[in-house]
Amino acid sequence: MISVKGIEKSYGDFKALHGVSVDVPAGSLSALLGPSGSGKSTLLRVIAGLERPDAGTVQIEERDVTDVSPQRRGIGFVFQHYAAFKHMTVRQNVAFGLQVRKRSRDEIRAKVDELLELVHLSGWADSYPGNLSGGQRQRMALARALAVEPNVLLLDEPFGALDARVREELRSWLRRLHDELHVTTVFVTHDQREAMEVSDQVVVLNEGRVEQIGAPVEVYDKPANDFVMGFVGPVTQLGGEIVRPHDFDLFQDPAGGAVEAQVERIVPLGFEVRVELVLGDGSPLVVQLTRMESELLEVREKEIVYARPRGSATSPGPRLRREPENLLG
Amino acid sequence: MRARLGLRFVALGYLALLLAIPVGLVLYRTFQHGLAAPVDSLTSSDGAHAFWLTLEITAISVAVNTVFGVAMALLLVRSRFPGKKLLSALVDLPLAVSPVVVGLALLLVYGRTGWFGTWLTDHGVRVIFSTPGMVLATIFVSLPFVVRETVPVLEELGTEQEQAASTLGASSWQTFWRVTLPAIRWGVGYGVVLTTARALGEFGAVSVVSGRLVGQTETLTLRVQNEFERFDLTGAYAASALLAVMAIAVLLVMTALERRRRAT
Repeated sequence: MISVKGIEKSYGDFKALHGVSVDVPAGSLSALLGPSGSGKSTLLRVIAGLERPDAGTVQIEERDVTDVSPQRRGIGFVFQHYAAFKHMTVRQNVAFGLQVRKRSRDEIRAKVDELLELVHLSGWADSYPGNLSGGQRQRMALARALAVEPNVLLLDEPFGALDARVREELRSWLRRLHDELHVTTVFVTHDQREAMEVSDQVVVLNEGRVEQIGAPVEVYDKPANDFVMGFVGPVTQLGGEIVRPHDFDLFQDPAGGAVEAQVERIVPLGFEVRVELVLGDGSPLVVQLTRMESELLEVREKEIVYARPRGSATSPGPRLRREPENLLG
Repeated sequence: MRARLGLRFVALGYLALLLAIPVGLVLYRTFQHGLAAPVDSLTSSDGAHAFWLTLEITAISVAVNTVFGVAMALLLVRSRFPGKKLLSALVDLPLAVSPVVVGLALLLVYGRTGWFGTWLTDHGVRVIFSTPGMVLATIFVSLPFVVRETVPVLEELGTEQEQAASTLGASSWQTFWRVTLPAIRWGVGYGVVLTTARALGEFGAVSVVSGRLVGQTETLTLRVQNEFERFDLTGAYAASALLAVMAIAVLLVMTALERRRRAT
């Protein structure tokens, strides 16, 4: 369990975190999700002890570690660019944490063999990181972090430097690994799909503040505000409200509550079809249908259709910012 | 094609005139009348003393400047403090100041009538006209090299590996020995070689503080001068030739290191 309370952090004039509080349940896999500059990496580094907060506390496993060095926090940290020890072999990299803890040679060997097996790098034990692919390096970094049996595992955009296919593989592999090991894990990402796919809990950050904390479905279906709604999925605007493009019904004839629109363009996207509409007042509206729906409806470009939001996920409106409590007032 | 050949010719000719011919001539003069005379000169008690004194001063200076240089480079790259630019410029001072001036400055501070000199003399410590002063002078003139070669490699290394080590439970000491130092070793090594070369060949500063006492404070470079002044040309050539051979050895190590450094 990680408990972060009221973290403030500034770099000169730039305020990276404004009183951030987050709880990460024991054994869960949580994502810190946000655009760049949202403070997600800073928050992770504060948890790790790599950055010192200006105010606030960090607890790991019921222990206040705010003033504890990263060395003694019992964490595993994985960097976006791997931070591999280039002058050491894969085996030496993974063994590092155990060696500085002065474990016996036999114990180290057994543990490293086990971990290399786990991350599928047994055949690469004596290679140098320079000879590994990005995905392999990141798996090595993960094994290195896990070797010391950390209480919590922290990953800073772990797949950010990898190409799309490897990313996806590693993503589902990380999920399976977590299900096997159950170590409390926090990872940082700017990719909402990655957060949705992998995590149990999503913490959405923006401009140094927590916008919402919840399960992926909750954040997607019940976003706390427009920002979250727009960040975790596609949105389109209808009469000042934002709606998900796939939350529309289209009709060929006028229907109750439906607005009239002209079909401007139809874009096939594989399984789905994106229908770009123009409303009477000239404003655009994007609706996403399944291929089947669009075929049944027989939509054609230039035709008039009627669109009605289903209303399963709308935002309560512009974000309600929780200002830090005024302690003096 | 012709332009390139011409350029090559000019470059080689320049090197030959300035470097190869003079050094070659020294070697030729040394062995002109056989091996016996130069070998005798170098194996004489004064000759051998000059050789060992040179090695001793070089070894101490290199050791001190390596430790200082790595620490200074870490300070310059890894921490922020007011006056850092000034400190960085100060490190280069020995490159700009003439060695003779360095020698003179040491004389003023540590000489018998100098600042610390009186106190030192009272306590029976002799710095000037003795090995400590020569070591000080050599340390001073060869100070910048390890710092200057280490700073860029440290900058390139970044701090991520060190941070990774700390999250894995390494203390800062362990991180330095197991992660930082191995990662910058070729840069440091190159700086050490340059320091060695500079220390071996130092003349001006050492000349001022040593008093050039034969058999006592005479290094190889000073011996060249002393023998020359005594019209013992064989002795001067022999010492020169030995210095040249040592320089070539250093150069070979440097080339090997440079290759390793590029490979990693």
